[in-house]
Amino acid sequence: MSTDPLLRVRDLRVSYPTPAGPAQVVHGVDLDLAPGERVALVGESGSGKSVTARAVLRLDPDARLSGRIELEGVDLLKLPPRRMREIRGGRVGLVFQDPLASLNPVMTIGRQVMQPLLIRGVPRKVARRRAVDLLERLGVRDAEHRADDYPHQFSGGMRQRVVIAIAVIAEPALLIADEPTTALDVRVQARVLELLRELADERGMSILLITHDLGIVAGFAQRAVVMRHGRPVETGTVEQIYTAPRDPYTKALLAAVPRIGGDVTRPLAVIGAAGEEKEGS
Amino acid sequence: MSEPLLQVRDLVKTFGGRPVLAGVSFDVAPGEVLGLVGESGSGKSTTARCVTRLTRPDSGQILLGGRDVLAAGRRELRALRADMQMVFQDPYASLNPRMTVAELIGEPLLVHGLEPDRRRRRERAAELLETVGMTAEHLDRHPRSFSGGQRQRISIARALAVEPRLLICDEPVSSLDVSVQAQVLNLLRDLRERLGLSILFIAHDLAVVYYLCDRVAVMLGGELAEIGTREQIYGDPAHPYTRSLLDAVPVPDPALARQRPSST
Ligand SMILES: Nc1ncnc2c1ncn2[C@@H]1O[C@H](COP(=O)(O)OP(=O)(O)OP(=O)(O)O)[C@@H](O)[C@H]1O
Ligand SMILES: Nc1ncnc2c1ncn2[C@@H]1O[C@H](COP(=O)(O)OP(=O)(O)OP(=O)(O)O)[C@@H](O)[C@H]1O
Ligand SMILES: [Mg+2]
Ligand SMILES: [Mg+2]
Repeated sequence: MSTDPLLRVRDLRVSYPTPAGPAQVVHGVDLDLAPGERVALVGESGSGKSVTARAVLRLDPDARLSGRIELEGVDLLKLPPRRMREIRGGRVGLVFQDPLASLNPVMTIGRQVMQPLLIRGVPRKVARRRAVDLLERLGVRDAEHRADDYPHQFSGGMRQRVVIAIAVIAEPALLIADEPTTALDVRVQARVLELLRELADERGMSILLITHDLGIVAGFAQRAVVMRHGRPVETGTVEQIYTAPRDPYTKALLAAVPRIGGDVTRPLAVIGAAGEEKEGS
Repeated sequence: MSEPLLQVRDLVKTFGGRPVLAGVSFDVAPGEVLGLVGESGSGKSTTARCVTRLTRPDSGQILLGGRDVLAAGRRELRALRADMQMVFQDPYASLNPRMTVAELIGEPLLVHGLEPDRRRRRERAAELLETVGMTAEHLDRHPRSFSGGQRQRISIARALAVEPRLLICDEPVSSLDVSVQAQVLNLLRDLRERLGLSILFIAHDLAVVYYLCDRVAVMLGGELAEIGTREQIYGDPAHPYTRSLLDAVPVPDPALARQRPSST
């Protein structure tokens, strides 16, 4: 590859303290993202995708991390907390899996979207204009007025778009988006993904997209990492993974995707403990 | 045709002068699964919240098993709530962070007086967890230590605990991998067949809706653009919005995805 990776993760391990001693949930993740690259992180529920994403920004105070996480050559695991805070919301934007929990319930939507710009000294009026424009581009109707609403006045999918707006408005070098489109209808989803793709192509923003939707991965990502039980089981280009998956779990995952027009009279296939596809019972 | 379990008539709701529901009507028969799909912000969750009386509509009527939901007094409402359970769109916000999983799943059994014995509630919670692909080991943990999909499954187990006649699910499987999703969908179908459970199923994944739902209502701007059988909606949609939705479904094939016009 011609450029140095923007993000380089090596042998990342994460554990949490429990009454029975530390429980390791991520057992060695390697990951590279080039500038402008779009990589999908997919896999089993509970396999460590969100924990990995949060570890990159050292967001869990309880989590014990080891390995190396380099952003633009700097080892994030060695940074003092103050520098780490600057990176969050600065060089790295994050969309949490849980949009409601990451919004401030007593601050207007507009104010929250403007915040990353205000912190960087952008004048208020300009910041507001850019916030409203961005919400419009994300398909929020009548954003000029709706910017004065509070989070509880927004629908689930509208809140999800607000969280995306907050993450990208200050043009981070890296966007980590954890299930960012689960509450969006497929048309709005296409529009949001299109905007993210533009930011990747035109501004060189790298994107790590965590999703269960293998349709989105096919259309959006260039490479994918498939996780199971806290470790990657397969990494490759999207073409490779979809046309010639090597790992049995990846194969089973792709085969289990429900399709419009499929047989609705039989139970859906579930994936067994060894990663093989099983008929549902 | 048997008497519908749920009848919703002409629901109207405005928030601060903004119309959000502009006359929504539909029925759900016993043992039927009705899908509710449509634009983000079109009023799907508001409809669900009106049916469970978490939000009061400005006007309209809601009957569950012939009983008037909007006119129900306190005691009647409690009985109605045992008959209809809801899985919320936001699994984390709807789970009390201070309760353990055993308490969360056992709570409806306690509230509705179905299982006064603590040990038996715990056993029942363990069984329910297993039906959604989790285990008894999870019983003493708190919601914050779970993944998104695990929380979603805890919410589903909790809603099923009282064996409701109507289950209202707002995006219940959106954070699940396809295998766990298949397990939950198989479970819901099984409950429908064995116990005649009716389901109002709100979702954005049109393949999941295709698999599970007998009929589908498509919502746009506070109204139903159309409602019909699975075959009608997917095979011969009447409304241009439905067609545009079906056209925008992402295909799990990188070669096909590249040929498509990128956006709407
Ligand atoms: N704070 C915590 N304490 C203890 N265990 C945790 C904590 N957070 C997560 N876990 C466990 O770590 C594992 C990985 O969780 P993670 O949230 O990364 O899964 P995920 O791959 O994002 O799954 P999903 O697709 O369901 O969101 C899970 O088994 C979860 O229960
Ligand atoms: N408490 C409230 N106060 C003001 N407006 C509200 C309130 N709740 C919902 N709305 C508005 O009502 C409309 C419908 O919201 P609703 O949550 O029902 O949409 P939805 O169809 O569930 O969307 P999504 O698919 O994004 O979850 C939206 O414009 C929303 O902003
Ligand atoms: Mg997750
Ligand atoms: Mg909703």
